[in-house]
Parts: sequence; C-alpha cells; structure tokens
Amino acid sequence: MSGMLKNALGWVDDRFPLTKVWNEHLAEYYAPKNFNWMYYFGSLAILVLVNQIITGIFLTIHYKPDAKLAFDSVEYIMRDVDWGWLIRYMHSTGASAFFIVVYLHMFRGLIYGSFKKPRELVWIFGMIIYVALMAEAFMGYLLPWGQMSYWGAQVIVSLFGAIPYVGEDLAIWLRGDYVISDATLNRFFAFHVIAIPLVLVVLVFMHIVALHAVGSNNPEGIEIKKQKDEKGIPLDGIPFHPYYSVKDLVGVAVFLFVFALIIFYMPEMGGYFLEHANFIPADPLKTPDHIAPVWYFTPFYAVLRAVPDKFGGVLAMAGAIFVLFLLPWLDRGVNKSIRYRGPVFKAAIVAFVISFVALGYFGMQPVTTVGTWFSRFFTLVYFAFFLLMPFYSNIGQDKYVPERIEDK
Amino acid sequence: MSEEVQDKRRRLFLTAAATAVTGVGAAYVAVPFLASMNPSDRAKAAGAPVEADISKLEVGQLIRVEWRGKPVWVLKRTEDTLTELATKIDNLRDPDSNESEQPESCKNSARSIKPEVFLAVGICTHLGCSPTYRPEVAPEDLGPEWKGGFFCPCHGSLFDLSGRVYAGVPAPLNLDIPPHEYITDTRILIGSSGGQA
Repeated sequence: MSGMLKNALGWVDDRFPLTKVWNEHLAEYYAPKNFNWMYYFGSLAILVLVNQIITGIFLTIHYKPDAKLAFDSVEYIMRDVDWGWLIRYMHSTGASAFFIVVYLHMFRGLIYGSFKKPRELVWIFGMIIYVALMAEAFMGYLLPWGQMSYWGAQVIVSLFGAIPYVGEDLAIWLRGDYVISDATLNRFFAFHVIAIPLVLVVLVFMHIVALHAVGSNNPEGIEIKKQKDEKGIPLDGIPFHPYYSVKDLVGVAVFLFVFALIIFYMPEMGGYFLEHANFIPADPLKTPDHIAPVWYFTPFYAVLRAVPDKFGGVLAMAGAIFVLFLLPWLDRGVNKSIRYRGPVFKAAIVAFVISFVALGYFGMQPVTTVGTWFSRFFTLVYFAFFLLMPFYSNIGQDKYVPERIEDK
Repeated sequence: MSEEVQDKRRRLFLTAAATAVTGVGAAYVAVPFLASMNPSDRAKAAGAPVEADISKLEVGQLIRVEWRGKPVWVLKRTEDTLTELATKIDNLRDPDSNESEQPESCKNSARSIKPEVFLAVGICTHLGCSPTYRPEVAPEDLGPEWKGGFFCPCHGSLFDLSGRVYAGVPAPLNLDIPPHEYITDTRILIGSSGGQA
C-alpha cells in the first residue's frame, strides 16, 4: 500500500513539484522556536479569509444585488432559508473578526520589529492586504441596503469628491450615478464578491512567499539564519510542520470557541458588529440622527472629523493610513524587538495604542465640541508617533541582543 | 563582429517597439471597461423635474421632495427669520453665496425666489449626509447662539435657515439651491429653471 502511494507521489513529483513545495513551505520551513501566542493571528487571518469566502459563496446563492430587493433578500436569508441566519452571522461576525485578528497581527509586527530589514516587503504586502480588506469590508457593508449601508457609502464615496478638480467626476464614476443608487449597489456587489477577493488571495500568496524567502521574525528579534548547523539548518529553527501547524490548531480551537459564542449569543455585538440603524431599509431622504462607521473604521473616521476642512480632513485620513506603509523606513532603531529597545520607544508604543483606541472611541460618538478637541489631540499623537520616529527610535538602543535564542 | 552588434540593436529596437505598441493597445482596450462604469444613459435621463405642492405648507414646516434621488427641502419661514437672515451675516463662510450653487434668482440673503419659501437640496456639501432641520432657538446641544438652522449629524456642519454654512465647520459651501420655478402660486416645479439658466 505504502509502496503504491510512493509510486503515485513519485509520478506526481515528476510532473508537479508537490513534495518540493510541501517541504519548502511546511515540512522544511524552519521557523524560530520561540513563537508565542501573538503568532497565532497570521494563521487565524487565513482561517477567517476562508470562512468569508465559503460563507460568502453561499450567501450569493440567495442574495439579490438590486436596490428594490436587496434588503428583503437579506431578511429572507435570515428567516426563510434553512440555516441562512447561521451563514449570514458567520459572514458578518467574520468581517469584524477579520479586523480584530489583522489589527493584532499588525501590532505583533510593530512591537517585535517584524517590518524591519529584510522584511520590508512582507510589511508592504501586508499593508496592501489591509487596504484591500478595508475596501472589501466597506463595499460589503452596502449590500444589505440598510440606512447605515446607504449613508456610510454616501459619505465614503463623497470623500473622493473632495479631491480638487477631478474629485466630483471621480465620485460619479465610482457610483455610476449622481447619487448612491441601484447602479452603485450592483457594482459594489461585483467588486465585493469577485474582484477584491481575487486580489486578496493573490496578495496573501505574495505576503507568504515574501515571508518564506526572508524567514520569520520572532519575539526576541534575533535572526535565526545567522546561526546554522553544518546542514544549513538554523540552530534555533524548528520545522513549521508539524511543530507550528499543530500549535496553530490550539489557536484555532480557542478562536472558534469565541467566534461561536458571538455568532450564537451576540451576533450584533450590541450594535458594534451590525449597527442598529442598518435594520431599517435605506432611505435617501433621511440620514439617521447618529451615523458612524463600523468599529474597525472609526479611528480613521475620527481623524477625518478632527480637521475642520473638507479636503484637509480627507488628506489627514488618507495620511493616517499611508504613514503605516512608511514604517520600515521611519524606524531607525537597530534592535528589532521591543524587549531590547529603550524606554522612549516603549513609551511611544503605549502612546500610539492609547491614541488609536481613543480615536476609535471618539469616531463612534456623535459630534461634540469636547470630542472634537480630544480627536484633534489624539490625531496629533498618532501622527507624532510615526513622523517623530526617525528622531526617537534610536534612543536607548544600548541593550545587548543575544546571538542565540535562549531557553527559559 | 559588427554584424552581431547590428543584430542586437535591431532586436532591442523591435522589443521596445513591440512593448510600446502593446501598451497603446492595452490602454485602448481599457477605455470601454472604464467608460462602462460611467452613469448609463438611463441614469442620465432620470433627472426629470418634479412638482411640489405647497398649498398646505404651514409656517415653520419643512417637507421633503425626492428629485434625482436626492432630498429637496421646501420650508416656509417667518418674517422674523428673514430679518435675522438679512442682518446676521458675521460668522458665515460665504454670506453672499458667491462660491455656492444656486440659480441667479436666489442669490440674495434669503436665497429664494419668494423670500418666505426656501428650497434647498438637503445634502451637506461636506460628505453628502442629509442635515437635520433644527428650527428651535438655543437648544442645549447647539448652544445659546443658535437661531435655528440645519445641523449635519455626520460631521457637525452647521447651516442657517438660508442654507448658508457657518465658519469653522467641515462643510466648505452653502447648501445647493436647485433650479426651480413657480407654475402657480402654490405649485413649484423643481429641476426646471423656466427657460433661464
């Protein structure tokens, strides 16, 4: 039996590099032996991506991308389709889960210096994935054609209208109409179910290819490729499969436990995952009294609202995302991991996290004078973290980084 | 020897020429796809004028009419409000509506053809939300200076009862006034300028 299997594998290997790919990326991909729980979020992001694609396919079987039918078809899925509510909640909860996982994954990269040389392209591909994910989530949110869908899309598409000279025409081109309408819904559906998912899958592939070319970073920020045995295997590396493939299964189990709890007991998450106003069909004549984007956009939304100028606000918001792309070149610290960096950098990370969370909070709240001033303050902190980084990131870099990852 | 060099140059030229021609071809092929995303002929034709009947409109009341998929407000204002609008013009970004969109006949402090009847496209010039009608004087959330007007819940832009934007808010321009004409004393045709621009 095993002889037959071996022959079959040999037959395939002569025609397709199956064993070669398996070894390069799993069985003989040597990852640092000291990954901690923060390293679950990469594999979890892939899990959520697969969840979104599968549940998404089954939702398109029943959903109708038509301004007259869309809202009712979602309610039809919720009430009349067998298990439709489960598939829909898996998809809507998956959207928020995606951002939770991705934000933690990015934060992990930030504190352990995983974006630093030679992993700049891993970070850049990851950032493009993040931007594509925001587009994917935004367009998906229009599809239920509720009040938040409609007015959220109205605001975001109007952002393009703020660009001087070409903005107004660009916004009309994006909408396919002079207002958000059936034409907009139909094209957002096309982008959401096929165009951007394809781009996402290709980008994830490139992200992993780039990662496997340079090798994974680790919580110590030590390059394991510098210390190899006589066979060229990193001394502090262990094969991804079976060591991390099995370890990641533990992360998957914990994640699915929480994921299922949310799906079954609090799928709307008190209005954070599915906003209350979105249970009212879109009404082009009336904006809800309080509109806010879904939680994962609110930090950037707060930046937008902090600037009392139309184009200035749009620039600040775009800049808040764009500045993340520059991270590998802004950080001039020699040591990668936060474990070997000075107190100034640690304090800056704390200030950044506080400002990001605070912006997220104020972005959800109705406009008030006090809230606007807080948003302005935290917007400054956010930008200062990045733009002052070239000056403070190499202060207190005198800590000695060991050559090898030591066992504790 | 020189023949070989000649050959290499020819190859380079042919490669460059083929690349350039392919690039031009690709750009031409992209045009129909990009252009297909423009508003269709049907969407362009959908802008027919609509009629609003204001015979039952009471003072202080605001009604909404849908025109080109957008809300158009029709509001009847009081004499006091009109006096206020003509005199209180400090703190406004564009008090004379020089930068803003309105028919020539509405370029006055009341921004309307008939002073008391105010029409505007109810879409904020910032990012396109529909502001709420807040006629009450000095409510708690808008402060003691508030004389009535429109408040955009999305990003906090403020407009007076002529749809003129206050300074220091995100919206850059006054609310648009749609072209409109009176068919009779109480019937307004929105989207038609009665022959004039």
